[in-house]
Amino acid sequence: MTTLVSEAMHSAVGRTVTERSSHPISESDIRKWALAVYWPAEPPRLYLDAEYAATTRWSGVVAPEEFNPFAWSVAHTSPSAHSAESGTDANDPDRLEKALGIVGPGLKFQLNGGLVAEYGERMRPGDVITGTESLHEYRERDGKLGAMLFTTIEDLWTNQHGSVVKRTLMTLIRH
Amino acid sequence: MTNTQTTTIPTVGEELRPFTRDTGFATWNRYAAVNDEFVPIHMDDEAGRIAGQSGAFGMGNLQWSYLHNLVRQWAGDDAVILSVSCQFRKPNTKGPVTAHGRVSSVRSSDAGTEVSLDIWTEDGVGDKLAPGSATVLLR
Repeated sequence: MTTLVSEAMHSAVGRTVTERSSHPISESDIRKWALAVYWPAEPPRLYLDAEYAATTRWSGVVAPEEFNPFAWSVAHTSPSAHSAESGTDANDPDRLEKALGIVGPGLKFQLNGGLVAEYGERMRPGDVITGTESLHEYRERDGKLGAMLFTTIEDLWTNQHGSVVKRTLMTLIRH
Repeated sequence: MTNTQTTTIPTVGEELRPFTRDTGFATWNRYAAVNDEFVPIHMDDEAGRIAGQSGAFGMGNLQWSYLHNLVRQWAGDDAVILSVSCQFRKPNTKGPVTAHGRVSSVRSSDAGTEVSLDIWTEDGVGDKLAPGSATVLLR
């Protein structure tokens, strides 16, 4: 049976794909995220109203758990975002393997197959989040869209205090 | 809007109040703007058809946010979401999406009441888009 997973891809399992640090999270970042995901209704005051948020168990504004502090721009990333070989085009199905410096499976389409997240500390204004993305697993099978590659990517986020914010396993489906 | 949950202990089988949105470019574009997720399949019907769907379809990540909104709406601001998971089974093409949930287990501990939930989103014809689960700590 033809496999989509080369020897180089097998050998890359467990390796760090990227490490990135966010800009300090702002109240505006949190507000915009909340407005977008609750639209067209108003989001909870916890994300908008510092005076109200101070009365909750969180003692201040916190971000929605699934907030992304790496959207648009990051403060630091490795490999460099300016490298032509870094494969940082998120729309490229071979992004992952390119970032690892290996040849990818060359599949045409990619879909998010699912997410598993475990949450720790809440993200707050001023926090700097560091995310370490690593290749967790490859699985393949035939499906209605043809040969399909299921790739699990782990992303571990910590804040500036070294506390775990979130650990996510994402299943990327490529075909 | 203040988001508070009652202090009663949940019961197994209890249904969460649904969270519904009418989805399409208006919702997807707003999410794309905050998540920097400008992908042709979410912005262009022809790109969606080339990918094997009936047209453009929404981000799995927005379904993920809707599931979190459902849990937060039920659990309240002071609850702690411990974990959430889901699989993306069917694409969100244009139309209503409703997130549903049901309490599957309740466990008391020194830290509080730990509640497991079955959660999912479904489309306008009742097909499940993103089935999953969540664990919440209520105090």
